[in-house]
Amino acid sequence: MPLSEWFSKKKPKISGEYKAEKLDVPGSLWVKCYKCKETIYSKDLEKNLKVCPKCSYHFKLSGKERIAMLLDEASFSPYDISMRSKDFLNFFDTAKYEQRIRDYEAKTSLLDAVVTGEGTIKGKHVVVCAMDFSFMGGSMGSVVGEKITRAVEKAIGLKVPVIICSTSGGARMQESIMSLMQMAKTSGALAKLAEAKLPYISLLSDPTTGGVSASFAMLGDINIAEPGALIGFAGPRVIEQTIRQKLPPGFQRAEYLVDHGMVDFVVERSKLKDTLVKCLDWFGF
Amino acid sequence: MKEQTPLDPKNLLDFEKPVAELYKKVEALKKTAKTGDIDMGGELAAMEDRISKLKKDIFSTLTPNQIVSIARHPRRPTTLDYINLIFHDFVELHGDRCYGDDKAIIGGFAKLEDTHCMVMGHQKGKNTKENIERNFGSAHPEGYRKALRLMKMAEKFNRPIITFVDTMGAYPGLGAEERGQAEAIARNLRDMMQLSVPVIVIITGEGGSGGALGIAVGNRVLMLEYSIYSVISPEGCASILFRDAKRSAEAAENLKLTAKDHLKLGIIDEIVKEPSGGAHNDYRATAENIKASFLKHLEELKKLSPSDLLKDRYDKFRKMGQFEES
Repeated sequence: MPLSEWFSKKKPKISGEYKAEKLDVPGSLWVKCYKCKETIYSKDLEKNLKVCPKCSYHFKLSGKERIAMLLDEASFSPYDISMRSKDFLNFFDTAKYEQRIRDYEAKTSLLDAVVTGEGTIKGKHVVVCAMDFSFMGGSMGSVVGEKITRAVEKAIGLKVPVIICSTSGGARMQESIMSLMQMAKTSGALAKLAEAKLPYISLLSDPTTGGVSASFAMLGDINIAEPGALIGFAGPRVIEQTIRQKLPPGFQRAEYLVDHGMVDFVVERSKLKDTLVKCLDWFGF
Repeated sequence: MKEQTPLDPKNLLDFEKPVAELYKKVEALKKTAKTGDIDMGGELAAMEDRISKLKKDIFSTLTPNQIVSIARHPRRPTTLDYINLIFHDFVELHGDRCYGDDKAIIGGFAKLEDTHCMVMGHQKGKNTKENIERNFGSAHPEGYRKALRLMKMAEKFNRPIITFVDTMGAYPGLGAEERGQAEAIARNLRDMMQLSVPVIVIITGEGGSGGALGIAVGNRVLMLEYSIYSVISPEGCASILFRDAKRSAEAAENLKLTAKDHLKLGIIDEIVKEPSGGAHNDYRATAENIKASFLKHLEELKKLSPSDLLKDRYDKFRKMGQFEES
């Protein structure tokens, strides 16, 4: 270590359990697994549904990747493709919200944190919503709330099941109270779906917390989690600070939630599509 | 119920100090008048005038951050205070029938004049001992499940539901997570949307995020004048966005968390006025204002059929959200 580094401030390391996953750099040939540190050829990783071939760590999927993985080829037709966020509160933190939205639009070529639409899974007609963590941490503002609500309402009209794939840090602070209200709005739409006796399958992937877990993500007729996914109401750091004690190993991870009765089962990505088909079949679709 | 003295010196907010100073002077004047047997009626009346004018000035120009401090005032009336002052024949009911009884959310039968209601709300304490017992008004899943149990009972017996919201948020603890805090709140949001009886909600103090919303899906959502309602606390927001919790005043401005903001945004239906000096200085007058508002809204909602009530509530939340679309 060079002498100069002795005096540099080091950020305290967060325990490995909660380490945030950095986004993949597109176009890079080799990817390092966040869990086992194995270097993987990116094409191999993609072929393996973005699951590490060595330790089966599940990398995050974008909304588009999720839909491509779940739906029959070319069966998807998207809803509300022009809907975008608006800075109606003139929210300013270290940057203007308006600017943040445009930056994320440029960075992700998405307009917000969810892709919605309809298509088929092995011929079964479904409405699908797939969240995207890369757009402002998958946070739910007016657009996510409205798109999901509309998608659920569409499903009621079409009389088809709904599958929502969640991944989100929670409500979007920059839309303040309006993002909180999206929780009530989306849950209300799901109440109508249930009334119409149509199934809702919630897939929870890493991470699903805050306002998203405390609304639509926990309301599935069945809740399915991806291996190792962090799922909870409050984030682990907030809990640690509140109760001032170390959290047990595996706390808030998918398998822990199965043990505590919050999700029906954990399923590996390679078996997800078949599992969904089985469930849809049982529901009578 | 203790009567409130004007401006309790123990919990004086910064901006209340000039008023408290004047009160002190009034007391001194009264003393002099008494001991010297002098008629100071004119001076006293002038002082009272000055006080009410000053109060009015201060309270008409409060910053969002000052409103936050009123909403969190340790002497601010709690749900039980309001229940005792507004309703009669309160019978508290306990337990979620699954795990336990959460003292951070209370509820039960009560009568609002002639109407049998189900009332419930977050319950904060007035001192440390009470606050520990009430977990500072931060509920566990049991609290939300108890609230839902009572709401479903109200629906079964066709009684309107009134909820009081005053919490910094649902409790972020280990047990709360294990027992499904997220699920409990989510279920309440969904099931409250389907209640076929009138639901009136009032935010009386802090409306802290999902923990507040968990009992706040109503046909009418009211806010006390100096209460707050927000997706995140100003401190939480500041520590995430500015990485500095001390910049909470700025965050409070940004979050637009006051009753006035929410009325403008269409989140709430009405602002219930607080007496000059805030609810903590006059419990009775605050309760009277709330009661009048409840009676008015209940009268309107009683005219709606069960299906119209459902539609009214769904439509209310359905239209919330602002976005662009081409």
